[in-house]
Amino acid sequence: MKSDWSPVSRERIAERVARDVPAGSVVNLGIGMPELVGNHFSPQHEIIVHTENGIVGSGPTVIGALQDFDLINAGRKAVRLAVGGHFVDHVDSFAIVRGGHLDITILGAFQVSASGDLANWSTGDRDAMPSPGGAMDLVVGARQVFAMMNLFGKNGEARLVERCTLPLSGARVVTRLYTDLAVFDLSGAVPVVLDLAAGVSVEALSYRLGISLQASASGISAYGS
Amino acid sequence: MIDKVCASAFEAVRDVHDGATVLVGGFSGAGVPEALITALLEQGAADLTLVHNNAGNAELGVARLLAAGRVKKVICSFPRSWESHVFEGLYREGKVELECVPQGTLAERLRAGGSGLGGIYTPAGYGTELAEGKEERMIDGRGYVFEKALKGDFSLVKARRADRWGNLQYRMTARNFGPVMCMAARTAIVEVDEVLPLGLLDPEGIVTSGVFVQRIVNMKGAS
Repeated sequence: MKSDWSPVSRERIAERVARDVPAGSVVNLGIGMPELVGNHFSPQHEIIVHTENGIVGSGPTVIGALQDFDLINAGRKAVRLAVGGHFVDHVDSFAIVRGGHLDITILGAFQVSASGDLANWSTGDRDAMPSPGGAMDLVVGARQVFAMMNLFGKNGEARLVERCTLPLSGARVVTRLYTDLAVFDLSGAVPVVLDLAAGVSVEALSYRLGISLQASASGISAYGS
Repeated sequence: MIDKVCASAFEAVRDVHDGATVLVGGFSGAGVPEALITALLEQGAADLTLVHNNAGNAELGVARLLAAGRVKKVICSFPRSWESHVFEGLYREGKVELECVPQGTLAERLRAGGSGLGGIYTPAGYGTELAEGKEERMIDGRGYVFEKALKGDFSLVKARRADRWGNLQYRMTARNFGPVMCMAARTAIVEVDEVLPLGLLDPEGIVTSGVFVQRIVNMKGAS
């Protein structure tokens, strides 16, 4: 990462994702960074959070004496049930996922390709434990797939790539990618940059990633400000 | 605010188009959404494909749509039911097409459609006339027939109670095809006896998640 780039914090990324979720949507939040998105939904918007383990209408996480570990989300955190929320078994939970009843799934990613391929279940290491969990169902079933990740890995390697080198969770599934440096629309042939963090330009980012990028025709928004 | 409650049954069925596939809940008389069927009759959509366990009884339920000449095809398991003369007459005159499906297969084809599966393998009908032309395979020494998923453009369902999210509870055996038909339709329309404020239905006792329901018609106080 160049020293004059100012990456956006995880909370600000989550806040940005939450802004793209229309009121009344049915949304599944993945484990990790996506869990933060729920904190930024406005109660007036009545966004229905689905968890793969069987909640329709999950409320926020709770702490202390309020925790009941029979009422947990997919990330094994104790939550509250929203008013109107209820429970479904695993068959119905994945019927919701695969059957076209989920508006958006928001997932963490290891790698995303320019054409929307998603790799988020196996690091490919020989001694790593491959864990698809619900990801492969979610990416084929949800009407839209939002992915969240840091744009560069710990060793500076690009994670938005021309072709994923890690095993795929799904091909051409990601519609929007939210990172610490930029937000991308991946629904077309070339990634379109919607937001850029301070100090970052489309040209410099394209050069560092080694892929073509397009600036949004409606202008690029200042990210995280 | 999510509010799936429509102003009237007529309003709820306004966009059912000619040629639509409509899933209609009910088993014999129980769970048949008569108010929505009345509204659909008034609305006038024709050339419908109806998916229903039966093919109508007496001058009730889907028999009313059949008698009005609105139905092109019926997909059902048991057309020869009590007083099913409306369907029988039209069928013998060649005025309505019939696709006959074993009852469990009908339910599972709908479940597959509603849950994003391509179809199912079932032993029901294997080696019979109803399996002709369908893919068959042996699994662990038993014969199965492949049955394709079935989906509807709309479903018309009757339930006991709802809230404004479309969460549902049913009344005894009137539940029958209701839950799966809500899942399997692009637009699930449900007539209910009453709508309770959100949060009053027991979260453990909600039978159909509102995620599967698009429109609610409150029959309480309706004449």
